[in-house]
Amino acid sequence: MKIRLNGEEYETKADTVGKLLDELKIFHKRVAVEVNLNVIKRNELKNFPIKEGDVVEIVNFVGGG
Amino acid sequence: MEDKLIIGGIEFKSRLWVGTGKYKDFEETAKAVQASGTDVVTVAVRRINIFDRKSPNLLDYIDPNKYKILPNTAGCYTVEEALRYARLAREAGISDMIKLEVIGDEKTLFPDICGLLKATEILAKEGFIVLPYTNDDPVTAKRLVDAGAAAVMPLGAPIGSGLGIRNPYNIKIILESVPLPVVVDAGVGTASDVTVAMELGCDAVLVNTGIAGAKDPISMAKAMKHAVIAGRLAYKAGRIPKKLYATASSPIEGMLT
Repeated sequence: MKIRLNGEEYETKADTVGKLLDELKIFHKRVAVEVNLNVIKRNELKNFPIKEGDVVEIVNFVGGG
Repeated sequence: MEDKLIIGGIEFKSRLWVGTGKYKDFEETAKAVQASGTDVVTVAVRRINIFDRKSPNLLDYIDPNKYKILPNTAGCYTVEEALRYARLAREAGISDMIKLEVIGDEKTLFPDICGLLKATEILAKEGFIVLPYTNDDPVTAKRLVDAGAAAVMPLGAPIGSGLGIRNPYNIKIILESVPLPVVVDAGVGTASDVTVAMELGCDAVLVNTGIAGAKDPISMAKAMKHAVIAGRLAYKAGRIPKKLYATASSPIEGMLT
């Protein structure tokens, strides 16, 4: 199915955020995820459902002042 | 007596806080951070690079077990944006601390005070330890305290400007007006600027461009480290009053006649 991921169209087989992170090989612990503008709680990340057309943002920490 | 700095129940060992933006690479960031002797580094929240998973991550170089990671909401111009970034930062799982920025103007990067107060209030109610980046206005500082801030972070001068502490008198009034720690954020150009802030009685100083933009960032990080220590010691020691005329240091008695 198609989702919008970090501003770009993305084809995925994952139906949860946890599976999406696995698919993307994001194993870094310090990421946060937003689905349709809702910030997902850390403990809900693994099983949080994603469906066709969802807008997903995955962020991490970068250098900043 | 130990000279401790505690904000929102968290103890800070260093009074120099270091930003991690604008360095050549993560190696230089890590070296400068280490040379500065800090235990607090600020970071920004941005989209992860999904398509290049081999690109290095800042936190591979700055160990979150060793340093306190203070995320910011840099680049946010509205309350909603700032809340979004703050909540994401918290869910990234490091801490409830947030250096709150709500910017009001692109050219000066001065804060939008109305937005800042509103966002501070909301985030404090959500349990965040809010450290708002504010202007050097004592009234705003008081309002931020009422809104639930854990410390106030007045600018010395515009972000990245290197102009130093443009209004030391206002900073002094802020220090006398608020019962919370005051951390000068932004505008520091060189070591003496940091010392000025600390001599005024500020609790800490946050430096990013002042170190990262120096020709030799590692040496400047060291200079900043000593500048903070010197300024703090001078403040605690209590300086002599300024006066117009001389007072001899050597005795008059015993002069040859």
